[in-house]
Amino acid sequence: MEIFGFPPQLILGQVLIGLINGSFYALLSLGLAIIFGLLRVINFAHGALYMMGAFAAWMTQAWLGLNFWAALVIAPLAVGLFGLVVERAFLRSIYHLDHLYGLLLTFGIALLIEGMYRYWFGAAGKPFTTPDVFRGIWDLGFVIVPKYRGFVVLASLVTCLAVWLLIERTRLGSYLRAATENPDLVSCFGINVSLLTASAYVLGAALAGLSGVLAAPIYQVTPLMGTNLIIVVFAVVVTGGMGSLSGAIITGYGMGVIEGLTKVFYPAASSVVIFVVMALMLLLRPAGLFGKEA
Amino acid sequence: MLRSHVLPVLALLVLLCIAPLVFYPIFLIKLLCFALFAAAFHLLLGYVGLLSFGHAAFFGTGAYMCAQALARWNLAPELALLFAVAVSAALGAVIGFLAVRRQGIYFAMITLALGQMVYFIYLQAPFTGGEDGIRGITPGHFLGVVDLSNPLALYFTVLAVTTLAFALVWRIVQSPFGMILEAIRENEPRAISLGYNPTLYKLAAFTFSAALAGLAGGLKAMSFQIATLVDVTWQMSGEVVLMTLVGGIGTFLGPVVGAFIIGGLEQYLAQSALPAPVILGAAFILCVMLFRKGVAGTAKSLLQNRAPKRSTPDNPETQATNRIVK
Repeated sequence: MEIFGFPPQLILGQVLIGLINGSFYALLSLGLAIIFGLLRVINFAHGALYMMGAFAAWMTQAWLGLNFWAALVIAPLAVGLFGLVVERAFLRSIYHLDHLYGLLLTFGIALLIEGMYRYWFGAAGKPFTTPDVFRGIWDLGFVIVPKYRGFVVLASLVTCLAVWLLIERTRLGSYLRAATENPDLVSCFGINVSLLTASAYVLGAALAGLSGVLAAPIYQVTPLMGTNLIIVVFAVVVTGGMGSLSGAIITGYGMGVIEGLTKVFYPAASSVVIFVVMALMLLLRPAGLFGKEA
Repeated sequence: MLRSHVLPVLALLVLLCIAPLVFYPIFLIKLLCFALFAAAFHLLLGYVGLLSFGHAAFFGTGAYMCAQALARWNLAPELALLFAVAVSAALGAVIGFLAVRRQGIYFAMITLALGQMVYFIYLQAPFTGGEDGIRGITPGHFLGVVDLSNPLALYFTVLAVTTLAFALVWRIVQSPFGMILEAIRENEPRAISLGYNPTLYKLAAFTFSAALAGLAGGLKAMSFQIATLVDVTWQMSGEVVLMTLVGGIGTFLGPVVGAFIIGGLEQYLAQSALPAPVILGAAFILCVMLFRKGVAGTAKSLLQNRAPKRSTPDNPETQATNRIVK
């Protein structure tokens, strides 16, 4: 049995790889959407935070000798804490300015962080061993899944769902959504909007940190691992529109799968296909798939 | 408006003419190319209010096309530059057509993404030579008379071309076309109600800006006799944003000042232990946090009101600096 002359195993394998890439796109664009909702800042430093998460995982393993599960908890907390410092020290004082300044400021922060990591750790990749539990494969019959990669997809799905529930279904989430709509009115009700804004940035940063930990065993842990990724994630965000969190998640996975399928049918275009999809979306629906504003 | 700029411009030109006595011509050429690149970028940001984060695509296209024409087709340098400008303008029209559908942050993200796409295309295209770039360029004779293998002759040729390009930019921003651009930036619905099509004007400005950026890239490739991937990277796009920010957004000479500062800083930092991104990143943070008017903007406001005013939130001038232009 073949599909357009390609064996289905090959196609399913690439769909799986696409889902793994999509997991990172979804986690990162979800974080970007949460941050943008409250801060009105496009966080250019998101790729650097992702890289910091991967390095934090590497440090817990290489320096502290802790296992993967410890890294999965410690790294997002550490990156979230760093996010808190960034928000309080820098971002906070530019909220009243043109939104483009937020992009420029976080771009500078990204350059600074990545430059310092390169200075400290060199440009070469750091080895990160896959935890023992996830060595080997799961044979699902129609496709073979390396255990760790399957875990990444599941972990990312669960995290996305949890964050979505937190924001759409809890009281804290309703405060966050209300503050997104009208911060002045929310603060009239005695809710500390400044604290909410900070926690939105911390949540976004922690999500980026978590993606970094998940990525550490798959990709090379290098200071520049986040830079190229963040530009792709921007294209995902433009395609999906900033309208909804679920939109960001769906577009993230979808773009990953499209990229994976392109690797089967026309490998030369796989590095640009996401940008092409973005361009097509701009032609058909400039506001993006889930975007509300014109 | 014109009179206030005559003196600084003349002074700058005189300085640039005697500068080869102090600095290497090739270093000055680099500064001039960056200045033209920054002016091209600023044409969009300063006069239309659009921040492009992908302008390296046009700079790099100009460099590759000029290198291709000089090294493989043996065209005359002026024709090679024209070819570089034409291709960059065409690419600018395509990318602009997509990007002007959105504004603000989205515009920045779209140009960044499309610029990265151009980078990937050049990375894979056979004619660019991948990581090696296009080498073996012989600049030849400009207009058939000026021997560009002489560094001083090369420098004055580049100076003449950039001066002409700057004169053109000045002419454009002062023309009715430039006024309409500013009107669209200030109040787009109103410009529409007056019968102007903002999308068309933005696209024209974008294409023109891309053409100028291509000219800057072409001049750089011609002078340094090499075109590489460095010119197309997003870091290059970020650098031109920083130049404009340091120099001062919304001033005609700001991008030039910023390009000279960042270009000089880079030359100086080449020997330092800290990697350049650390310094550039710190400069970005400093500029956004404390120095949003930039060098030229600060100088301008110092000249305009020698007696210092108290800056309060109600002061219209303080409010104005909260926006990215003027």
